[in-house]
Amino acid sequence: MSSAAFTETVAKAGVDWHSDEMKARRKRRYAADRRLQIYGIVAISFALGFLAILIGSLTFSGHKAFTQTVATIEIDLSGAKVDPNNIKDADWRGIVRGALRAQMPGLSRREERKFFEMFTSSGQFLVRDAVLADPSRLNGVSRFAIPMADPIDQLAKGEISRDTPENQRRVNDQQIAMFDQLVEKGVISTPFNWGLFFNADSRFPELAGLAGAISGSFWSLLVCFIISFPIGIAAAIYLEEFAPKNKLTDLIEVNINNLAAVPSVVFGLLGLAVFLGWLGLPRSAPLVGGLVLALMTLPTLIIVTRVSLKSVPSSIREAALGVGASKHEMIFHHVLPLAIPAVMTGSIISLARALGETAPLLLIGMNAFITSPPDGVFAASTALPTQIYIWADSPERGFVARTSAAILVLLAFLVLMNGIAIYLRQRFERRW
Amino acid sequence: MNIMSEATVEKALDQKMSDANFKMVGKDVSVYYGEKRALFDVNLNVRKNTVTALIGPSGCGKSTFLRTLNRMNDTIEGCRVTGKITLDHSDVYDPSVDVVELRARVGMVFQKPNPFPKSIYENIAYGPRIHGLARNRDDLDAIVESSLKKAGLWNEVKDRLHEPGTGLSGGQQQRLCIARAIAVSPEVILMDEPCSALDPIATAKVEELIHELRANFTIVIVTHSMQQAARVSQRTAMFHLGNLVEENDTDKMFTNPDDQRTQDYIMGRFG
Amino acid sequence: MSGYLIAALALAALMMTFVGCARARATQNGAAEKTHSRPIYHGLNAAIWTGVPAFIFLLLWLGGQNSVINQLVIASFPGAENLDPSARSLILSEIRQVAAGNIFKEPTPEIQAAVAHLKSLQQISTVAMVAVVAATMAIGAFLGYRVIGNRYRARHSVERSVTYFMMFSSFVAIVTTLGIVASLVFEALQFFAKVPVTEFLFGLRWEPQIAIRADQVAGQGAFGVLPVMFGTFVISLISMIVAVPTGILSAIYLTEYADRRFRAAVKPLLEILAGVPTVVYGFFAVLTVAPAVRSLGLGLGIPSSPNSALAAGAVMGVMIIPFISSLSDDALAAVPRAMREGSFALGATKGETIRKVLLPAALPGIVGGVLLALSRAVGETMIVVMAAGLIARMTLNPFDAVTTVTVQIVTLLIGDSEFDNPKTLAAFALGLILFLVTLMLNLIALRTVRKYREKY
Repeated sequence: MSSAAFTETVAKAGVDWHSDEMKARRKRRYAADRRLQIYGIVAISFALGFLAILIGSLTFSGHKAFTQTVATIEIDLSGAKVDPNNIKDADWRGIVRGALRAQMPGLSRREERKFFEMFTSSGQFLVRDAVLADPSRLNGVSRFAIPMADPIDQLAKGEISRDTPENQRRVNDQQIAMFDQLVEKGVISTPFNWGLFFNADSRFPELAGLAGAISGSFWSLLVCFIISFPIGIAAAIYLEEFAPKNKLTDLIEVNINNLAAVPSVVFGLLGLAVFLGWLGLPRSAPLVGGLVLALMTLPTLIIVTRVSLKSVPSSIREAALGVGASKHEMIFHHVLPLAIPAVMTGSIISLARALGETAPLLLIGMNAFITSPPDGVFAASTALPTQIYIWADSPERGFVARTSAAILVLLAFLVLMNGIAIYLRQRFERRW
Repeated sequence: MNIMSEATVEKALDQKMSDANFKMVGKDVSVYYGEKRALFDVNLNVRKNTVTALIGPSGCGKSTFLRTLNRMNDTIEGCRVTGKITLDHSDVYDPSVDVVELRARVGMVFQKPNPFPKSIYENIAYGPRIHGLARNRDDLDAIVESSLKKAGLWNEVKDRLHEPGTGLSGGQQQRLCIARAIAVSPEVILMDEPCSALDPIATAKVEELIHELRANFTIVIVTHSMQQAARVSQRTAMFHLGNLVEENDTDKMFTNPDDQRTQDYIMGRFG
Repeated sequence: MSGYLIAALALAALMMTFVGCARARATQNGAAEKTHSRPIYHGLNAAIWTGVPAFIFLLLWLGGQNSVINQLVIASFPGAENLDPSARSLILSEIRQVAAGNIFKEPTPEIQAAVAHLKSLQQISTVAMVAVVAATMAIGAFLGYRVIGNRYRARHSVERSVTYFMMFSSFVAIVTTLGIVASLVFEALQFFAKVPVTEFLFGLRWEPQIAIRADQVAGQGAFGVLPVMFGTFVISLISMIVAVPTGILSAIYLTEYADRRFRAAVKPLLEILAGVPTVVYGFFAVLTVAPAVRSLGLGLGIPSSPNSALAAGAVMGVMIIPFISSLSDDALAAVPRAMREGSFALGATKGETIRKVLLPAALPGIVGGVLLALSRAVGETMIVVMAAGLIARMTLNPFDAVTTVTVQIVTLLIGDSEFDNPKTLAAFALGLILFLVTLMLNLIALRTVRKYREKY
């Protein structure tokens, strides 16, 4: 060490840390530190604020769709001309109109048309189906709930303001007056909208429901689960426990990681070209939707399963092999059962992701307009997210609230599934 | 304040030394990690321009004590320090104390060399830059050069100042870290087993460096190796189970310690 | 029908498990020599023999029967040999529609005859399938049953089958990729036969709607992908501008400043943002964000359209925040503690340590995360389908509407899936580009992240 360096040191030593300059400098440095912290808080608040606004606005616009304005009307069917043996073909339109006319007698033809417009145009079918379900209603007076048409529903819920000029709203003054009369007579009520869950899709918002979409999603997820769960676990076991380390397995590994990040719409293209185009499977079917979703979730499932297999300690493997178990027995009797809670958690979370997936289902036609729930995996159907897309695209005002409500239902399912996954994780997951 | 601390220091003295020679004074220092107590009322003084070695079996609290001196324990969640530590008579744990200033004055070198993933030059320049010790580029160049020279690394790296510091050998990396600490012109340098990750040749170089640095800095070194303590230090403190067992001149400590436990440890009966 | 068949197969296999098990036990009872496999393996082996070959047969039949039947039906259709493939497929789809009961107009006698032919073929096919599958099952069951004996190594046989199944499963991923590449390339090649590749790659006009008119020749420059790519770029850029700083700053706060309780509460909340389905974001963008952005733009005196790039990009950005945040979080947490301590020991503040030591050290990991996020933004579909525009425009005005690759794919394919017009095929060409771009981003990102992991 040269002594020249040391003389320099002495000159340099002794910084006056308490000089005003140094103090001011430290103050600036601390301020910069605080600024960074504030930026962080601002960033988090932005993200969480957005989440709050998202949920808040959806709840705000969606909660109204959980009730439906209906008119409860008494119809005396004993006098009506209905053939008990052919209920279906009776003049239900005339019967319902007659009953409605009785509520508001003495209207001119024009006024009457406006009055009928206030009720759902499918009221006749609702009454018919109710009677078909319970023919004893033919024998006397019974009450039927007839949903109000969308504009009146909006009026009742305050979405249409009475203060807007008449030519700018979809209900005219006369209809408002008639509606108020009905309210006074106690005919109008707004019960819980069970139709939202038990009706299939409809062009009329007041009748549109999610039954088709929910069962479509159910069938799709079922197919997705049946295919991706065993294949995912088998592939993970093979890659983690059996596969030799060579170029091929490396390729598979890179491939799986990449596949997990391929945009979902590309899987839709795959489904369209291969399942619909080449294999000729039916369009819009939950079977195809499930297949596409299965291919999409498979990479994630394999990755999750491999991680949980890896976390089972080698002592357990050695113990099993030590008592003479074959490699297969070691894995299927000891390792897999220990890993299965984590695998279940992972697959439920993957299924939840698949439930929210929209784009690939659009491409294979699960955005069709279908008015009855599918009865299996081959029937044309929609799914919850595609139903949301369809409704979001519909011009009727009532569909805005329905869309939000459908989103809330979808989110409820997601929360439920993730909740189960979290419960499973906390209840069964072992830490080694 | 001044009178108070002088009185405290006076009390802490059990040797006939003028307190002016004490750079840092620890009085009744205890450290808790959550519920667990790691250090029990340690009284230890660090003398100016002296190398003080802290020895003892692993887990005895010597590193913990070292880290209280520049408040590195603050970065550990749930760590609490009681008692009093002064640097030039002012309390290190006083709320008005600025840790940034404290750590600039009390530098530290760690067990494993930890150069930043930057160039050699940037590693050294980092401290002076954040503290504003250089007015211009030439100043900074001068600080980097003199620090590297002081750390005895200049000749080895002067042609590759802008290559990454992580590319150096282990011993060079550790000397780089020492140079990095020196660049801020600290008054005290704490070293936490600085040679434990180095090979014997690199260790010898670092020890030589410590020896030379004593002229300008006060050094506290935690070491696992008795021989190293004997070679580099003038004062030695022996810790055991969170207690300070004995503090003495290094020569006396290794020939004729006052405490039986020290003797046992040095003779290799435990540890 | 096939559903019942599968159930029957499963039932038969289950039954054979018990039968095989019982027989193995019976033969082993009196055996003098040591038996190789436990009875359950003999049972499982018999079940595999019973179920698996028949099941594979069933799948192959189901996969193949449609195209075979189609061939037969169209071959018997009068005058079909003179028709080009697209007319043939039109006729076929009409026949199938009528057969399915979706009758829109009274079908012609030829069609009706073809429908009858189709139905009879389908019936024959079903009967034949049941017969073949049942026969395979019976033969399998017989063989599986006969083979049971003391010396037979049933366990090896079962384990071998399981291993084959596992190998097959791990090839599914490869097959999927091959399927994606094959379908995209195949359809895209057909597209390029109608529209030259150079037109597609370098054309500056994208007006696919024009080209579907019969009197218009495709490939008049209406399929230039550049404006679509440009729109994708603009929206992804906007989303990155929103997501990258927000994500990194929140990760910094959560890893370095926040206490444990805050972190434990906020991290899952941020993750919710990533779990919300994209269609929900799309609806929110249309309903709430787009009008707000538009009035902002008009207020600033900038020409604004109802569907702005800004609205779609910003909402997409929010969706990506947790993605960037958690990857940056991982990257920051992976920087060794020694770096932090080294910096603190020199008297650096936390902020200085983060900005000058941790961020540079974590940079490769963060960059990898940002690239992955970018690939997500490029491939994200629903938000842009709902909130971005349809018309391809080269504009940098964020208040104007632009279109993206994914929007075009979806709009070109919704409702219309004949595989012969350039409009449909163009979607596959776009899909190919999308796949290649995201693949490249993913490969670079995964490599960067892996290199970074190896470093520490």
